[in-house]
Parts: sequence; C-alpha cells; structure tokens
Amino acid sequence: MSGEVRLSRRRFLKYAAGTAGALVVGIGTVGAVDRPPPLGLLGDAWAQLGPYLRIAADGRIFIGVRDPDNGEGTATSLARIIADELDADWSRVIVEPLGVGVVQGNGEPKFTYGRQRSGDATSIPAAWADLRQAGALARWLLLQAAARRLGVPAEQLRGENGTVVAADGRTIPYGDLASTAATIDAPTSAPPLKPAERYQLIGKPAGDVDARAIVTGTQRYAFDETIGDPVIAVLARCPYPGGTLESADRDAATKVPGVYAVIDIAPEQGQPAGTAAQSAALAVLARDTWSALSGRAALKATWKAGDDPEPTASAHEQKALEAFGDDTVVPSTVRNDGDVMAVRKKAARALEATYFQPWIAHATAETPNCVVRLDPETSVTVIASTQSPRQVYTVVQRMTGFRADQIDIQVPRGGGGFGRRLETDYVAEAMAIALAKKPDDIRNRPVKVLWTRDDDLVRDYYRPLAVHRLNASLDRKKNIVGWHQRMASPSAIAGRGTPENRLWQSEVVADALPAGLVPNFRSDWYPLASKMQRGEWRGSPNVTPTFASESFIDELAHSVKANPLDFRLALLGEPRQLPYGGRGGPIDTARMANVLKLAAERLDWSRWLRSENGLGIACAYVFGAYVAHAVEVAPTTDGIDIHRVVCVADVGRVVNPLGLEAQLQGATMDALSTALNLAITVKDGKVQQTGFRDYPVAATQPLPYEVETIVVPSTADPSGASVIGVPSAAPALANAVFRATAVRVRRLPLLRELARLR
Amino acid sequence: MAQQGPTSPIPVPPREDAAQPAPKPVREGIDLIVNGKRYRHTGDAAMPLLWYLRDVLRLTGAKYGCDQGDCGFCTVIVDGKAVAACQTKMEKLIGKRVTTVEGLADGDGKLHPVQQAWIDEDAIMCGFCQPGQIMAAVDLLSRQKNPSDADIDRIGNLCRCGSYGRIRKAIKRAAGAMKDPKA
Repeated sequence: MSGEVRLSRRRFLKYAAGTAGALVVGIGTVGAVDRPPPLGLLGDAWAQLGPYLRIAADGRIFIGVRDPDNGEGTATSLARIIADELDADWSRVIVEPLGVGVVQGNGEPKFTYGRQRSGDATSIPAAWADLRQAGALARWLLLQAAARRLGVPAEQLRGENGTVVAADGRTIPYGDLASTAATIDAPTSAPPLKPAERYQLIGKPAGDVDARAIVTGTQRYAFDETIGDPVIAVLARCPYPGGTLESADRDAATKVPGVYAVIDIAPEQGQPAGTAAQSAALAVLARDTWSALSGRAALKATWKAGDDPEPTASAHEQKALEAFGDDTVVPSTVRNDGDVMAVRKKAARALEATYFQPWIAHATAETPNCVVRLDPETSVTVIASTQSPRQVYTVVQRMTGFRADQIDIQVPRGGGGFGRRLETDYVAEAMAIALAKKPDDIRNRPVKVLWTRDDDLVRDYYRPLAVHRLNASLDRKKNIVGWHQRMASPSAIAGRGTPENRLWQSEVVADALPAGLVPNFRSDWYPLASKMQRGEWRGSPNVTPTFASESFIDELAHSVKANPLDFRLALLGEPRQLPYGGRGGPIDTARMANVLKLAAERLDWSRWLRSENGLGIACAYVFGAYVAHAVEVAPTTDGIDIHRVVCVADVGRVVNPLGLEAQLQGATMDALSTALNLAITVKDGKVQQTGFRDYPVAATQPLPYEVETIVVPSTADPSGASVIGVPSAAPALANAVFRATAVRVRRLPLLRELARLR
Repeated sequence: MAQQGPTSPIPVPPREDAAQPAPKPVREGIDLIVNGKRYRHTGDAAMPLLWYLRDVLRLTGAKYGCDQGDCGFCTVIVDGKAVAACQTKMEKLIGKRVTTVEGLADGDGKLHPVQQAWIDEDAIMCGFCQPGQIMAAVDLLSRQKNPSDADIDRIGNLCRCGSYGRIRKAIKRAAGAMKDPKA
C-alpha cells in the first residue's frame, strides 16, 4: 500500500508500508526514476523518497537528515522539526544521516533531497519549508488509522508524545498504528501544519543527538572509517601554486617497511577549481598511517615554483591601491545609487579610510580525508565528510562514468566545515588513487586518503585577502549622504565557471548595509590576480567587507563626535523594509535597531563616554538574521584584554535554543580569534604556515571564555544559525580597541597591527 | 652471546652456514595494557601511540589533529598522566597502562562523570576534539578536585568550534559529581 500527496508542481509527499509493520513517509521529486536505494540503513527498500521518517511497529521513529552535520547541529534541529510536527516522543527518535539523494533521470541525474549544502545557514529555512510536511502527513495518517480502530472521527483525536489520544482518554501508541496508517487513502491535499502554540520540541533546548557516541569515542567520522582493510595514502603535494616536482627519492620511500608503492597523481585539467586534485603530487601507499607518513618523509620530495610565483600580500596590496587610484581601471560596479562623486564635491565633511585583511585558512578540526572502495566494473562506495554531498557525487560520477545506481556516497558527521568541505579536491584525490595503476597485491583494495595538518594549511582554499577603500560624505547635520566602497580581492569563484562580471559575488554582498540607507551609494569590486586556491569561509562575502564597513561607520561617528550607537540608530532611521536581493530579505530596520539596542544595553552602554575600558559595537544582516556584537576591551601595558563580548541575534523562530547559543558563541569566538591572530602569508611563492604554532586557530587569549548571548523572541520564519555570528564580531572588537587605546586598527590580524602602531 | 643491535660497534659479517643459522635476536615486542587489555606490539618501535591505537587496535576515539602535540585531540592517559598520543612513541610504553576515551565508561555502559557532564552541558559542536578534551579533563580532575578557571585554562586543548565556555562548565559539573557521586 502506498499513497501520494502533491506539495507543489515538482514535489510530493509519499508514504508506504515498510517492512515489519512500519509506516514510511518521504518527500519525492517528480520525474525521478526508481533505483535501488542507498538507504539500507533504515531497512526499507524504497525509492524516490527524500528526507523521511519511518515509524517502526515497536514505536521507534527513525528520522533521516539530509543535510550534513559538520558541527552546525542540523542532525538535531532538522530531526526535531519533523518530530514536533509528528507529535513524536523525542526519546524514541533515532536520527540517521542520509547519503546523497540522487536518482538516474533520463540522462541527467536528479537530486531528490534538495541542495544538501551545509554551513551557509540554509538547512533550517529549507527544512521549515518542506520537512514539516512529512511529519504532518505521518501524524494525519496515524490519526486516521486510530479513528478507524477506535470508531471515532479523526477530528476528535490528537497526537501526543508518540501516542494517539482520544477525547475519552483512550490511547494507542504510534507503533501499533504504523502498519494500518500505511493503508489509509491519501488526503486530497497536504494536511495542515500544527499551530505554533502546540509546539512541543521547537523552541525548547535539546542536546546534540550524537552526544553519547562522541563522548564515548564511538562516533565515526570519515577519518575513523575504513572499508575492509584500506590502503592508506598520504600525498606529497607541490606547495607552490602552479609548481612542479623537482626531485624525489621514490626508492627510499618504497623501502620503508609497510610502504607498498609511490604513484604519481596529476591533477585533471580543465575541471572547475575545487573539484579536482589541486596540484601535482606523489601518493605514498602503505599498510598503515605511520608507514605512509614515514614513506613520505623518506621521499624528500622537492618542488619548484612556476614561472610566475604567487606574490606576497604587500605586492597584492600595492596592486589594489594602484587600481583604486587609476581612473582607467574599470571595476565591477556592484551597486550604484545616486551619484557618490557629485555629492562628495558639496559635502560638509568627507572621510577616507583603507582596510587590509590577510589570507585566512579554514583549519577544520578533522583534516580532509576520504575512503573509496572501487570495483571498476560495477560500483563505487565513497565515505567523505562534506558540506556538499551533491558535489561529491558529481566528482565521483565524472571520474568513474558510473550511473547513479552504481554510486554510493556516505556522509558521516564531519569534524567542522567552515566552507572547506564545500570543496571536493580530497575526494578527487582518493578517486584518482583508486583508479590509478597500482601493484597487483593492492590493486583492488579500498583506498583511504588522509591529510596532515601541514597539508591542510599549505594547501587550503583560502579566504581571499582583501583591500578596501571607503569614502563617505556627510552633510551639516552629520548624516551620511554619500558612501563609496571599493574592494579588491582575488575572487573565490574565479575558475569555477562564473563569468568575469559576476566574480564579485563571492566577495561582497550588493545590498549589504549601509546600502539602502545612504542616498548616494556605490560599491565597486576590483579583481586581483592570484594563483592561490580560494574558497568560501564562513559566509565570507558577508564577513570580509563587513569588517571594513562597520569599522568605517564607527570612524564616521567619531569624526562628528557622535556616540556610535546613536549614530547607527540614526542611520537606520524610521522602521521600514529595505529591499534585499540576497537570501532572506527584505531587511527590517526595526529588527536591526533592536539587536543593536539590546547589545548596547547588556554592556551598559551609558558608560561609553567615560569608561576607561573601550566599548565597541557593530551589526550585520546575514541570511535573514539580524546580529549585533558589543565588546568591552581594557588596555594593558602590552596590548589589550577583552573583558566582555555580547552577541545578540534575531533569527526568527528558534528551533533549538541550546544549539543556536552554541553556534553564536562558537562563531563569535572564531571571528574574534581569527581577527586577533590569524594570517596566512606567502613568501617565495609558498604558504609559510604549517601548524597551530604559526597559525593559532581558535586561540583563547586574550578572549573571555564566555560569549554572552541574547536571542530575540520571534515568530518569524527561522533563518539559519551557523555563520551569522561571524560578520559583526571583528568590527565590534576593532571599534572597542579604538576606544580603549585610541588606535584605529585598519589591518588584520589585529594584535600584530596594534603592537606596530602603539 | 653477543647480541647484535644497531649500536653494535663492530660490524659482523653475515654467517654463510645455512645449516646453523644465527641465533635470532630475542624480539620481545612491546607489551602494554590498553583499556585493561594486554597487547603486544611487534611493529616499528618508533610508531606513535596514536597510530597504534587507530590503525592497529582500531580504537579511533583519539583523534589526529596536528602531529606536534599542540592541539590535544589525541590526548590519552598513560599511567595516570595525560599525554599527546601523537608524540608518544611505542618504545616508551613498555609495561605501561594506557586509557583511551573508549575505556572511560564502565563495563555496563555507565558513563564516567566527565562524559556525563559533557552531555549535560551539551559541550559538543562538531565533537572532533571532545574525546581529547574529556581525557584532559579526567587527568586534571585526578590531580585537582576543585579546579579553578586558571587550572582549566592550562589544559590548553584546542576546540576549533569554540565550545570553551561549555567545556569549562562541564569540567566544573564533573568535579561536583565526582565529589558527591549521588548528586
């Protein structure tokens, strides 16, 4: 038995009887063709089924989570969205990560679970739009089944904590109803969703569903996975972007006990950046990790830089400043309201400032790795931590030529993402080794590629370095009447199929504030040429320019002797909606003003003028969320001490407050720690940082342990949570440092620059 | 009987008499106890404990993070003291007792108070560093029943996700639970 309910032109709910008396509900996509499912984990051979749940006869409820969890808490929060709509007993819920949802369409693969991307705050809004429907349909079917059994109308029944409850007090556990529910005829339209006042799980704190496995060491990350007895591969990669191998002692490496072979890996040509092996490399294949590492050390590989080595940061900066000053260089104009040049001529006051940010690496806790079992004739299994299962599929499909039903992609919980796992170079490496000619004794064994920390830092997809020049014009009433921001950076999406006139999209957000608040507003972006691999870092187009713009607003406030909070509130003006082309808009200026006020109030902003400590504030609109940071900094003899950090967020309805708080605190810590300490630098054409000693990621000094968070109660649809706490943290810090030390830091990392300027 | 070893001052030519092979040097192997079980390692004595645990014993709770003893992801306890497994060669472990995160809970699955505190404080984001954090906390609490904030700071294990505030709370909660097991 089975049934379908149409949700939209392309999406439908589907349900059926599962094995052993279960009810299975999912979301399907029109046009998909059946195939054997990769979802054996739930025990039901069921095709065309997207993010779904299975109610077993014993009352356990399995919920499949489509978006990878790399620490964003999606495994917990997505499951709770479904479970709440179902009126499930959360203690009986078992959460299973889904692999990649793909079926072979007519020629083209069809992805059945939607985007399946994590880390850019999309999982929750998307789930809110569709996953609740699966829970609602299951509840509706269970109520119908109970109505049949009890002989009362379904309208007189309700779901509660995993049981159906009748008006007369009789109850039936969901498990007992599952098989009958699967036989109920489909409703003519999607059943109504619960009213918010009946939420039992949404809005209540929940610990991570994987907590027990994590604290007992039994949680399997891809780094912990094996398939059979895999060959361990460690690669010696060329450290120079575009460089080549000079020499290597392959014999010495092969003689190391446990080493099977050393093979050459040549990157595929012509593939989009991030989807192929990054560089020329030698792969040392061994029986275990220690042998592979020893073999790599014995290789003593040396490399030479290409003809045109990667320039240093200061050379890039010089290029950027020349471009800003050269009228013949035509930038990409990202937004242009009014006439910034004309208004500057008649301004009462004009200000200019230039800001500099370094290359930044991701340094995920779990370094890149991938396990592959390939049978060249029949099938491939890939286990990879990723933020983009679809991209993993695309790479594996390209390299094998297999159909969808021959490709099994497994996506375990990942040890941090931050944008690094949007790239699939490490998957391409593992596939290249699996496909390569190898000695007979290891030809058919699975392959596991592991990256060491120095591999990770020297060969990352870095957040681009950037130079910003901001010009503002103020009128006699201290209003900003003109704003011209120019940003130069090597685009993170260059070499990925994006046309040149759109390369700014990975660098700057067209409608980011103060766009829409200043009548004459212009945003220009200038490309810088670089050989470094670049990528996304925690919502970087929201992060990098916001440091400049939110610092500059503070500078403008100072220039007119205004309290920066009052200055910002005046800039936001009357409550109104500002059009916003990106995800999440429009911008509600009242919600933005509210988070600013709450942050200031928590820090006792009335001290702003007289306090010996410096108070700083900044705000950002990120993917539908309104965030403000307020920071208190004390000057010390040799630097600063950060006394307090407040983060206020309005994300709409909160699914899991405990998870949201962790995301805000973690993002704030990372943003501050990065701004204080971190820079990837290039010398003689290669990256210099090789470990946590010279790249002290997540260092806690001089940060406080506790980030104070305030979450604004809201009934608006939820935004994401995972990156929204990043953009406004660093400018709030720099603004506080200015108040504490009278030094305006316009170059990051902050501590180094502060020491230089003081 | 002169035993040949890498430090032998006089090179001895190989004996040609196949009928009378040289007495085999006694290869003791390295005996150690991991989570209460006895093991003998007969491979490379320079292999770091981390890879022995992960690749040979398939105990993957201790994580790889940096190879330099800086991050603490691979923290395990050797004879009652926290060490970085990536910096501890097998040759240093003869007769030693190693406890990994897998060995903390008792046989019935009852969690160690530190593990329970981690769950109660939800001190987990991606979770990758947490086995090492937990082992470092167990070590601290074995030396210091009432750890101060400064004591906790000195652990110095890295949390890339920035869960430091909750980790501190979890350690204090565990300290309380270990003083009063009924609480």
